[in-house]
Amino acid sequence: MASKRRGLPEINAGSMADIAFLLLIFFLVTTTMDIDTGIARKLPPMPEEDQPEEDSQINARNIYVVLINSSNQLLVEGEMMDISQLRDGAKSFIDNNGIREDLSENPEKAIISLQNDRGTSYKMYIRVQNELAAAYNELRNKAALSKFGERYNDLNKVDQKEIRKIYPQKISEAEPKNIGGNS
Amino acid sequence: MSKFRKNGSKSMPAISTASLPDIVFMLLFFFMVTTVMRETTLFVSVVTPKATEIKKMEKKSLVSYIYIGSPVKRMQASYGTSARIQLNDAFADVGEIQEFIATEREAKDEKEIPYMTTSLKADETVKMGIITDIKQELRKANALKINYSTRKGEY
Repeated sequence: MASKRRGLPEINAGSMADIAFLLLIFFLVTTTMDIDTGIARKLPPMPEEDQPEEDSQINARNIYVVLINSSNQLLVEGEMMDISQLRDGAKSFIDNNGIREDLSENPEKAIISLQNDRGTSYKMYIRVQNELAAAYNELRNKAALSKFGERYNDLNKVDQKEIRKIYPQKISEAEPKNIGGNS
Repeated sequence: MSKFRKNGSKSMPAISTASLPDIVFMLLFFFMVTTVMRETTLFVSVVTPKATEIKKMEKKSLVSYIYIGSPVKRMQASYGTSARIQLNDAFADVGEIQEFIATEREAKDEKEIPYMTTSLKADETVKMGIITDIKQELRKANALKINYSTRKGEY
């Protein structure tokens, strides 16, 4: 009995760490910690079929029309515009507060109407969406800083809601049209 | 001084590495648990456009993905190079989106349905035509929360 016990040595666990390290490195390499990011939007619900198309009574000055054609050119309020100017253009439109006759009466009433062609590239569309979102975010940040002394994203939910009430993000997308003629 | 050194050298046993595997295993389990293996194999190549005003997506379990892009090289022989839609593990037509949303909803709790988001992972080169079609289908399926997947970056 005694001799048998002596003949059964302990298994050397020294290499256990190596095996564990190997597995560890495998998982370290394969792990992707990327968080999905994106621009969140809400689609309008489908209009009821029996409901007649109503003419919405919105003053023309409160709508900022942004058109993108199939060759990715912008037409803003009837004039060609470069994408780099869109942010400032949208900001001055939203934050006009009735000063200029052709721009919005107040931020609450301001609506941005975005219309794109079927041939518009997705990249351009996202760029325009991004610029419009940036315009709203900058205005919200400015309001948040003057009102609460903090950036919009650092505010709590209640205060954020208050800021959102001042600058509601109204981006309306028209029913799809095929102007450029390509699909 | 000499006494000191002698003493030290005599009472310096090797540091026990017996607990090293335990530490490493702990790390290993952490990574094993946090690792998310890619569920779907992409048949379309997707390079999402860049944007600056991005938000993180919450609640990954409530997100369904729609991939749009041109088929990858090995698929081009049979599917061509024009932009296609991929749902789960197969190519799909625009008409299949409503069905896809319905099956996604079935798997979820009824309370969670309003919070479900559809993430459009589209390649930056695709045309808006296909995106518009998808958006119309999503509106019909009443899946109104969408998210345009983008990378962070300046133009």
